[in-house]
Amino acid sequence: MKTNESSDKAIFGFWIYLMSDLVIFAVLFATYAVLRTNTFGGPTGMQLFSLPNALAETLILLTSSFTCGLAMLSAYKKNTKNTLIFFGVTFILGALFLGLELTEFSQLIASGNGPDRSAFLSAFFTLVGTHGLHIATGLLWMAVAMVQIKVKGLSDHVMSKLIRLGIFWHFLDVVWIFIFTIVYLMSHAL
Amino acid sequence: MHYKIHNYIIGFILSVLLTLAAYASVVLQLFSLPVLLSIILILAAVQLVVQLVFFLHIDEGKDESWKLYAFLSTVPFILIIFLGSIWIMNHLDYNMSPTHISQYMEISQGGF
Repeated sequence: MKTNESSDKAIFGFWIYLMSDLVIFAVLFATYAVLRTNTFGGPTGMQLFSLPNALAETLILLTSSFTCGLAMLSAYKKNTKNTLIFFGVTFILGALFLGLELTEFSQLIASGNGPDRSAFLSAFFTLVGTHGLHIATGLLWMAVAMVQIKVKGLSDHVMSKLIRLGIFWHFLDVVWIFIFTIVYLMSHAL
Repeated sequence: MHYKIHNYIIGFILSVLLTLAAYASVVLQLFSLPVLLSIILILAAVQLVVQLVFFLHIDEGKDESWKLYAFLSTVPFILIIFLGSIWIMNHLDYNMSPTHISQYMEISQGGF
């Protein structure tokens, strides 16, 4: 009973942290929206961003959010093997997403369109990079969680951590919907 | 914690369809700009609700109603920050600052 109460408190606190994280992203989205047209004579989003690449990233992250849900369902059923398998798949998809994003970043920087090129690109790298940093943190967390499942099994203590990890991963997919819409789709619409 | 697998399957299928619909509406260029912008923003908002309900279980019973309340009280902050910034910065630009670097040059040269 005591573990359940402290676990509930931890989940509540973590949810409040995510709400404050949303405010951080709101600020970065606002910065991007304001500076979107300030290209300083450089290339615009329409010239730089590949929509098929952004769609692939979106579908990969969405699928990883789904497999993360399946991992949590397996964890609730105390099925250690399936929990590890689904977290493993989630981890691979997350790493694939991060790989695509870093490839895009390195191509932009290599072609002279890094964050120092214009206010528009500074805002782009800050917004999308902050999301990518969250994904990288989530991957590290997931790797540690998988080791803990392996070593300690699905104890109450480990379950409480997994619930927070699951919420965090779904949350990152929610933020990405708006990056996909406001950064990528709108760059080709406007 | 009585989440079921069909919650996740429904959420996943709806999210994929909403993503593809938004992508197709931009690529196929069937709509005028204001209509297109409205469509993709509405699709994003719908997908937000889908994922909050099916993945984050924000509509969970009274035990976890704080999830919903915490989120709903964050939304006004997000809207004020996002829409407020765009509104203020557009008007600052309109009222105060030259829109192009060459106008700065003219003003500073004219001043001397």
